[in-house]
Order: sequence, then structure tokens, then C-alpha cells
Amino acid sequence: MYQFKFQKAKSVAEAFAGLGKDGDAKLLAGGQSLIAAMKLRLSQPSALIDLGDIAELRHIKVETGTVTIGAMTTHATVAASAEVKKALPALAMLAGSIGDRQVRNQGTIGGSIANNDPAADYPAACLGLGATISTNKRKISADAFFKGMYETALDAGEIIISVSFAIPKRAAYVKFKNPASRFAIVGVLVADFGSSARVAVTGAGPGVFRIAEMEKALAAKFAPESVANIKVPAEGLNSDLHAQADYRAHLITVLAQRAVAAALT
Amino acid sequence: MSVKVSMNVNGKAVSAEVPERTLLVSFLRETLNMTGTHVGCDTAQCGACTIHLNGRAIKSCNILAMQAEGGNVTTIEGLANADGTLHPMQEAFRQNHGLQCGFCTPGMVMSAVDLVKNTPKPTEEQIRELMDGNICRCTGYHNIVKAIAAGATSMAANP
Ligand SMILES: Cc1cc2nc3c(=O)[nH]c(=O)nc-3n(C[C@H](O)[C@H](O)[C@H](O)COP(=O)(O)OP(=O)(O)OC[C@H]3O[C@@H](n4cnc5c(N)ncnc54)[C@H](O)[C@@H]3O)c2cc1C
Ligand code: FES
Ligand code: FES
Repeated sequence: MYQFKFQKAKSVAEAFAGLGKDGDAKLLAGGQSLIAAMKLRLSQPSALIDLGDIAELRHIKVETGTVTIGAMTTHATVAASAEVKKALPALAMLAGSIGDRQVRNQGTIGGSIANNDPAADYPAACLGLGATISTNKRKISADAFFKGMYETALDAGEIIISVSFAIPKRAAYVKFKNPASRFAIVGVLVADFGSSARVAVTGAGPGVFRIAEMEKALAAKFAPESVANIKVPAEGLNSDLHAQADYRAHLITVLAQRAVAAALT
Repeated sequence: MSVKVSMNVNGKAVSAEVPERTLLVSFLRETLNMTGTHVGCDTAQCGACTIHLNGRAIKSCNILAMQAEGGNVTTIEGLANADGTLHPMQEAFRQNHGLQCGFCTPGMVMSAVDLVKNTPKPTEEQIRELMDGNICRCTGYHNIVKAIAAGATSMAANP
């Protein structure tokens, strides 16, 4: 790891000021992606601004129609939250499927979506549940937030404060895990909003994406057979040592059916 | 460049001047000379470096010492009683032959104690699923799973 300066921010304003002072400064949340990348010298920030002491970034709020989660809330906290399990069980389950217990105890939702790993789970939840990402500057819809591999709409100096998920009638997330890392080889989140439906896929492509044809079919009838014959083209999907693009394409249709079935039970 | 880092380790206040980039596991092993916490992979995969930070099991190779600043850390050295009698989970690993070379053991035990705290009566399936952050190259896991089930029972009996 290269050397860097270190600052603990006491507030979002202090973190913002710290970012402004140093062009190559980066925010530090749980460190579960960033520290790993810095150890490999894939990332070389000149300074780290630790958000760990900002209590206002750790919260869960359930209101009519939305579940809002503070950026520094850990995956383990979301997975164990009685409120989230009741209002949006698919989200609690998704959080509980990330990595392993030790990673879930340290990794945060803000870090996960800012990082936008193409195989990460939370981006599927954001896109599939029509989330709104609130930053220190503005509100960004999930549809506009994720920009492909490791890229987001966040500007320099922009800090995620919280993420608000719309509560659907029903939803489920099914992930075909890489058995070593537990990241998604393919993960599909489906959500039934009554007159509309959302289908978000992670792990399969360079970034999380929706499948309009499946959404239309599910809006007409929310049942596994509605998506059974909708094939996704392999073109543009990832091929690596874990799975070829055509296999990932096949998995999307299979997992979409399983997710709809799971949402209905 | 360096920073002053202070925390509580196994009930004792410690503090030292270290480079900013010092990992928590390096702080424990190299600054405090507490080598009970092991480094197996150094890439957050194997769990050998598992410790408790503020009551939660984490991998100490994947966070900075400064992230634990002001916190409470428990390592494998802090688990046994002052008179040397083992923690019920350590005793269960001993009784059930839950280790061979012992390299993964500190992490296994620390992770298992946290597992039982959050899931007091784990089934075999839950133990296998929830211990997926800890890798052992020797045992084939059967005796580790048995040890954790036995440890859970005796932790419940000796709260
Ligand atoms: C062994 C292992 C297995 C894993 N398995 C999975 C898995 O199965 N699924 C999965 O989805 N993830 C997985 N992860 C990644 C994990 O979920 C990370 O916790 C997450 O990707 C990053 O969150 P963090 O809080 O650790 O962020 P950090 O690593 O601290 O930060 C990540 C990035 O986000 C930026 N950032 C952090 N907070 C903010 C904020 N509030 N505003 C703006 N930018 C911010 C940082 O500057 C940095 O660039 C795994 C990680 C490990 C080590
Ligand atoms: S040494 Fe930390 S997880 Fe392997
Ligand atoms: S006992 Fe040797 S690695 Fe587990």
C-alpha cells in the first residue's frame, strides 16, 4: 500500500471540506473494497477521509412507501433489521447474501454503490427497487446513477448520504454466487409494483441493467411463466473464467423465473 | 508520516505512533507483538485474521488500524479466563479435534464466538453457511462444525 494522509471526519461538511483540500483524496467507508484495492496498488489516494465516526450516516428509516438507509449502515445491520425484514424482506435477504459475516459486519451500502462493482448486489436492489440516492448536493435516481463498470454519476466531492428504496407489493432477489467470493456470477432482482414491474440484473454485464421486455410481461402478469420464454442476447455480456456470456444469458432467464416464484411465496 | 492510534485491546488501553497505512492486523502482530491473530491470505478471503471490533467479527487484514481508533478490540489472546481456563468455544475445539495444524484456528474460534452470539442455537447447516468466511486447509471442516455446535451448547450453559 502506498502512503497517504489520514483524516477522521466528524461531519459530512468536514468530509466535504477534506475532499476539497486534496485533489486525490478519497472517502473511506468500511474499507472492504478500497483497502483491498489499495493493498494491490490498484488505487493510490493521496489522503483518506474516514466517514466511520459520522453517526448521522448510520440509520434505517421505514416510512409509508419507502425504506431509507444511511450510507454508513453495514450490510449486517440491514440484514438483521426487523423493520427492513418486515417492510422489504428482499432487501434484507440481499444484504445478508453479500460476502461473508465478517465482510457484512464492516462493509456499507454507501461504499458498495459508490464502488459499483459489476458483480455487486446492492446496485441490483437500487435499480430494481427504483431507489433514489441522496448526496450532499442532490438526489439521483438509480436509473441515472449507475454508469457501467465502477462508474457512477457522483461528481468529485459528492458524498452519498442515504439511499431510499420504494416498497413494492412484492420482490425477490436470486443470486447465482461465485462460490469463492460470493459475488454474483448473475443476480436478478424482480419487483412487482402493481401496474408496473422492474427487473434488474447484476454480475452479467459491465454494469447493472434492466430488462424492459421482462418488465412489460411481468406488469401484464406477475408469474414465472411470463418471463420463461424471454431470452437475453449474450452479446455484450461478460465472459471470464467463471462463466461464458451465453451461460450468463441463460442464467438470467432461469434466475428471473426463480425470483418471480420466490416473490410469490 | 505517522499518526497516533489508541484503542482498547482485550480490556487494556494501548496506543502507539504508526504509519497511516498500518493495517489493524499489523498493529496487533507487529506493534503490540500479539501474534495470536494470524495472516493467511492478506486479501480478506481466509478469515485467519478474524478479531472482534466493538463486538462484531471482522477481518483485521482488511481494515486500517486507524479505523479501530477509540474502539474495543478482542483477539484470541483475550478469550480465555485470567486463570488460563479456556473459553467454552476454545475447549470445544480441543475436545472435538477441531484443528490440525492450527493455523486457521484463532480466526475460526473468533468467528464462531460471534456466530453463536448472533445465532445462539445454530443448526449444522447454519454453521456451514455462516462460517463461509473462514477457510481451513487441513481438517475438511467436519470437526470444526462439530466443535462449533458443542461450543454453542456450552456457551448457552455458561453464559
Ligand atoms: C471477501 C469479500 C467478499 C465480498 N463479497 C461481496 C458480494 O458477494 N457482493 C457484494 O456486493 N459485495 C461484496 N464485497 C464488497 C463489499 O460489499 C464492500 O463492503 C463494498 O463493496 C464496499 O463498501 P465499503 O463500505 O467497504 O466501502 P469502501 O471500500 O470503504 O469504499 C468503496 C468506494 O466507495 C467510496 N465511498 C464510500 N462511501 C462513500 C460515500 N458515502 N459517498 C461517496 N463515495 C463513497 C470510497 O471512496 C471508495 O471509492 C466483498 C468484499 C470482500 C472483501
Ligand atoms: S488474512 Fe485476513 S482474511 Fe486471510
Ligand atoms: S487446521 Fe490447518 S488450516 Fe485449519
